[in-house]
Amino acid sequence: MAVDTQTVEKLAELARIAISTETIEEVSTRLGDVLQLVDQLQAVSTEGVAPMAHPLDEEQVLRADEVSEPNRREEFLQLAPQSEEGLYLVPKVID
Amino acid sequence: MHQLTIAEIIRGLRDKQFSSVEITRHLLDRIQQLDGNYNSFITVTEELALAQATAADERLARGEAPPLCGVPIAHKDIFCTSGVRTSCGSKMLDNFVPPYDATVVENFNRAGAVTLGKTNMDEFAMGSSNETSYYGPVKNPWDTDCVPGGSSGGSAAAVAAQLAPGTTATDTGGSIRQPAALTNTTGLKPTYGRVSRWGMIAFASSLDQAGPIARNAEDAAYMLSVMAGHDAKDSTSLNRPLQDYTLNLNDSIAGLKIGVPKEYFGEGLNADTAARVQDALQEFEKLGAELVEVSLPHTGLAVPAYYVIAPAEASANLSRFDGVRYGHRCEDPQDLRDLYMRSRGEGFGDEVQRRILVGTYALSAGYYDAYYNKAQQVRRLIKQDFVQAFDKVDVIMGPTSPSPAFALGAKSADPVAMYLEDIYTIATNLAGLPGMSLPCGLVNNMPVGLQIIGNYLDEARMLNVAHQYQQVTDWHQQYAGSASAA
Repeated sequence: MAVDTQTVEKLAELARIAISTETIEEVSTRLGDVLQLVDQLQAVSTEGVAPMAHPLDEEQVLRADEVSEPNRREEFLQLAPQSEEGLYLVPKVID
Repeated sequence: MHQLTIAEIIRGLRDKQFSSVEITRHLLDRIQQLDGNYNSFITVTEELALAQATAADERLARGEAPPLCGVPIAHKDIFCTSGVRTSCGSKMLDNFVPPYDATVVENFNRAGAVTLGKTNMDEFAMGSSNETSYYGPVKNPWDTDCVPGGSSGGSAAAVAAQLAPGTTATDTGGSIRQPAALTNTTGLKPTYGRVSRWGMIAFASSLDQAGPIARNAEDAAYMLSVMAGHDAKDSTSLNRPLQDYTLNLNDSIAGLKIGVPKEYFGEGLNADTAARVQDALQEFEKLGAELVEVSLPHTGLAVPAYYVIAPAEASANLSRFDGVRYGHRCEDPQDLRDLYMRSRGEGFGDEVQRRILVGTYALSAGYYDAYYNKAQQVRRLIKQDFVQAFDKVDVIMGPTSPSPAFALGAKSADPVAMYLEDIYTIATNLAGLPGMSLPCGLVNNMPVGLQIIGNYLDEARMLNVAHQYQQVTDWHQQYAGSASAA
């Protein structure tokens, strides 16, 4: 199954990954190869089969909504490329 | 000293034949001298290792003896290590120094282990050859023109080259077992949820599982006993009692029923690899085991289902790398969209980008049912194959990978050819079952792995079975020529 470059551009936009115009053909071809591989799934009948979420069918664990970890805001902010006064900095969003 | 197993190191330290500082120093020197040939480490933590070894020697002198006190190991660079750069093999995290330890790392620290460093890996654990690492490929110590397998290629090569007696690793579709097979080491992927995923950088959350790579089953048992256990910080971790996996190693395996799936011996399997695996099965018959043919009819669908589920989960997991909170940020972003697009375009390598795009496709409006939902249904069919087989047998055996290690570059241009490397390992991740690989022979002086698949939470039996085989064979004691020469 071929994937056209327009589809790749749309996916790249959705995934927020910049893809250069020089490589887009190559990316389209490779994506097509992978989608051709996974299209083998369409040949098998799965009527009435429940999708599997957890191998041991364990249920989602719930816990009380209580503070369990110390506040390490400063340490985590230090990892950010840019921060100021306890906040993450990004380019201006609103004009 | 570098030839000692973990069991021998534990005894040697207790009997005061050598100190932890001595063996740690020896291995650090060896890494410095030899790892230029293999590139199995991304970061060597010399200072930390010597401090931990000194502390371990003091504890040993006081008669305190946590299980791995003073034993040097290395962690795959996917596990967060407090104060030590954790790159996940990616430019995206080249500057990332986590402020906390992963639960697996914490468990080894509590057990007294010494951290030699962080091992190389495919970027975000996506690969079967260790060629997608931002830090360059790992070379197979058995032949440095060949790949060591992946994604835990550095963890496997470090053990094979005798730079560390054991390493941690992770397996989403075969990333512990396939590199173990290609480097003549013993690797075990536990039941999904047996080992905590907290602090282990996520690839595909419903498939990821951590386990050990070591020289033999006994050492893997020592490591797994420390790694496994419930963790409240990982909501998918199984709340089951802790186990000492070393206790049953010496049990007899007479009467063991071994399932041999005919689908694992079909087209695509290298004839010499098949012959070595058949030799191993005969060895098990001599030990009193019985071979039973079983069928896993949905085997052929495992790779297609995996390449929907794993990329879909990866595309969600990797959305956290946004250039805002940590990791790579592009220069001079024009606006927020540009910041996201270029930070991710620059920070992720080709294979990671490809998988994010495939996952985005599979999860996008109009395709969800046809891809993700369908793959999750097929996943249940694959699990049911195993459940039916385990009604009749105790363990399942077959090849780990279709052929021995291939040359660097041989498959890197063709993702689908690379994906088929994991044709025999992926199904166990989809089913959540434990699997292991152990050395079972050589083809043209390159290692072949035997895969053992166990029932849910049956790791102790698998290790027992593997250990019994290693009592009557010496494939696991063959070492890479290029490593033992030094």
